[in-house]
Amino acid sequence: MKILVCISHVPDTTSKINFTDGDTKFDNNGVQFVINPNDEFGLTRAMWFKEKQGAVVHVANVGGPETEPTLRKALAIGADEAIRINMAATDGYSVAVQLAEVVKDAAYDLVIAGRESIDYNGGMVPGMIAQLTGAHFVNTCIGLEVDGNSATAIREIDGGKETLKASLPLVIGGQKGLVEESDLRIPNMRGIMQARTKPLHIKEPVTAEAETTVDQFEKPTPRGAVKLATSVDELVQLLHNEAKVI
Amino acid sequence: MSVLVFTESEEGKFKKIAQEVVSYAKGVADQLGTTVTAVSINGEHNEELGKFGASKVLMVSDDSLTNFNAEAYAEIIQQAAIKENAQVVILSSGANSKFLAPLLAIELKAGYIPNVTHLPVSSTPFKVRHTVFSNKAYAISEFNTPIKIIGLAKNAFGVKENNVTAAVERFQIEITANGMEVVSVDKATDKVTIADAEIVVSAGRGMKGPENWGMIEELAKVLGAATACSKPVSDMGWRPHSEHVGQTGKPVASNLYIAIGISGAIQHLAGINSSKVKVVINNDPEAPFFKAADYGIVGDAFTVVPELVEKLKEFKSQNA
Ligand SMILES: Cc1cc2nc3c(=O)[nH]c(=O)nc-3n(C[C@H](O)[C@H](O)[C@H](O)COP(=O)(O)OP(=O)(O)OC[C@H]3O[C@@H](n4cnc5c(N)ncnc54)[C@H](O)[C@@H]3O)c2cc1C
Ligand SMILES: Nc1ncnc2c1ncn2[C@@H]1O[C@H](COP(=O)(O)O)[C@@H](O)[C@H]1O
Repeated sequence: MKILVCISHVPDTTSKINFTDGDTKFDNNGVQFVINPNDEFGLTRAMWFKEKQGAVVHVANVGGPETEPTLRKALAIGADEAIRINMAATDGYSVAVQLAEVVKDAAYDLVIAGRESIDYNGGMVPGMIAQLTGAHFVNTCIGLEVDGNSATAIREIDGGKETLKASLPLVIGGQKGLVEESDLRIPNMRGIMQARTKPLHIKEPVTAEAETTVDQFEKPTPRGAVKLATSVDELVQLLHNEAKVI
Repeated sequence: MSVLVFTESEEGKFKKIAQEVVSYAKGVADQLGTTVTAVSINGEHNEELGKFGASKVLMVSDDSLTNFNAEAYAEIIQQAAIKENAQVVILSSGANSKFLAPLLAIELKAGYIPNVTHLPVSSTPFKVRHTVFSNKAYAISEFNTPIKIIGLAKNAFGVKENNVTAAVERFQIEITANGMEVVSVDKATDKVTIADAEIVVSAGRGMKGPENWGMIEELAKVLGAATACSKPVSDMGWRPHSEHVGQTGKPVASNLYIAIGISGAIQHLAGINSSKVKVVINNDPEAPFFKAADYGIVGDAFTVVPELVEKLKEFKSQNA
């Protein structure tokens, strides 16, 4: 089984978000970048397939040279090879087109991506890859088993879960549940050393026009101060008379 | 030309987000000088969508579509968009809409922008305002495609009455089996879900242990609310993962969010920013959550919550 894990390189969850160039660009200054949390759950599940079922695991990112440390981290966690498609990630569509090319070239059986990236929160790249490559797609995936040519996937739905059977090739939009928080791996020294010599291929992008373009960013307006109630009675009255939510 | 909107239903009943997307679609149609057509898959009482602004409903009834099927649903909406010559397609932020949106975008060669919070900023060029960076910022983005798909953020626009008369038309397309099937659905029917809830009662590590959740559930019950929790609470197995809210969990866009014994870490706040009114109950006046809240009580949850339950019961009986 050949697995591709799509890795989005995103600001660490504790980052303060700022913009530059007249609020048209994200300000990288002082921001730590990490593997998108949803992708880390997927990568860890892929390691399970590697160890238990002999899968070969590749990771891919669409981005500039600055994303390579993130790909090296994925290699240190245990991926076999990495691919960087050398293009600044603009909209979800143009990213999906690049990844779909990678998938078609190497005929992956399983593509594991995240439900959404925590930067642009598009939640569109995995579904688009599936549709562009003619694979099945399961979103908000919280459990995945593969047996021969057939996968059983569990998907989170509003208020519960649903179990699906699908033939490969399959693309998933994964999240926590694929593995638990405690299963996540911190790269060890041996992994880090090995990662240095594992292949990191750089691929030039195919042409794909962005379908959407960000014109301007805005930060939310600062909110007013909290109103502290001195009694539970007062709180109930505030919620009823002032906030009108009960 | 028209504005097409997909209206999610469950067991025939339209969800509140369906009413919200139709209300929004009517606003967009007014801007563009056109009308709204809704696509309903196994929805009942379709004419009621007129109340929110749909002039036409394309009604699909098909027993093989009782379980959600993203590929088939996307195909139906695609066909409807072609039939109606739709320039704008509007979807909700419900799990099913988010699932099918990218498939539909590829089929229609349409740009897709999710988490849209306002009516379009302009129609030529077509620009919308949406949240990015887990609600830590907004972006104004422009579509470069002839067909545009908007994913409306939950509870951002609200339900508006428009009183249009809806013509209901049968819409049947051939669905072919596609090598993917639902094996089982496991769903609590008696609980309010975080996705649908108007009010969410959420608790954190300040509750000390899972055995203390009785009062949280009771509070949720008086309020008709869904229960939620912080990440460590679900990681420790005190509560199910499905209740974890935040940047790496579920987003909450309710009218009222009550946070009990939650410190207010940046990752937690990112997930609940789009809730309208936030109330914090915490015994530490320095807890960061107070800076992000509208109302608060500094106090011990173990005394405040039971008292709140009592007062709310009294309040409900007086205002019933
Ligand atoms: C990559 C990453 C992603 C993350 N994603 C999320 C996420 O999506 N969602 C999330 O929630 N967290 C997330 N976190 C974790 C986050 O950083 C915090 O650790 C977490 O939110 C803290 O949970 P808490 O508020 O329940 O616990 P604590 O921080 O321990 O806070 C407990 C609070 O309870 C109060 N308290 C104690 N006793 C009482 C009492 N008797 N009465 C009233 N109040 C009391 C305390 O004053 C304190 O403020 C993430 C962290 C990382 C690193
Ligand atoms: N630039 C990128 N390179 C590789 N994978 C990506 C990229 N952007 C998004 N993805 C994948 O698609 C998922 C969803 O991203 P998005 O559609 O941007 O919310 C992420 O969790 C990644 O798995």
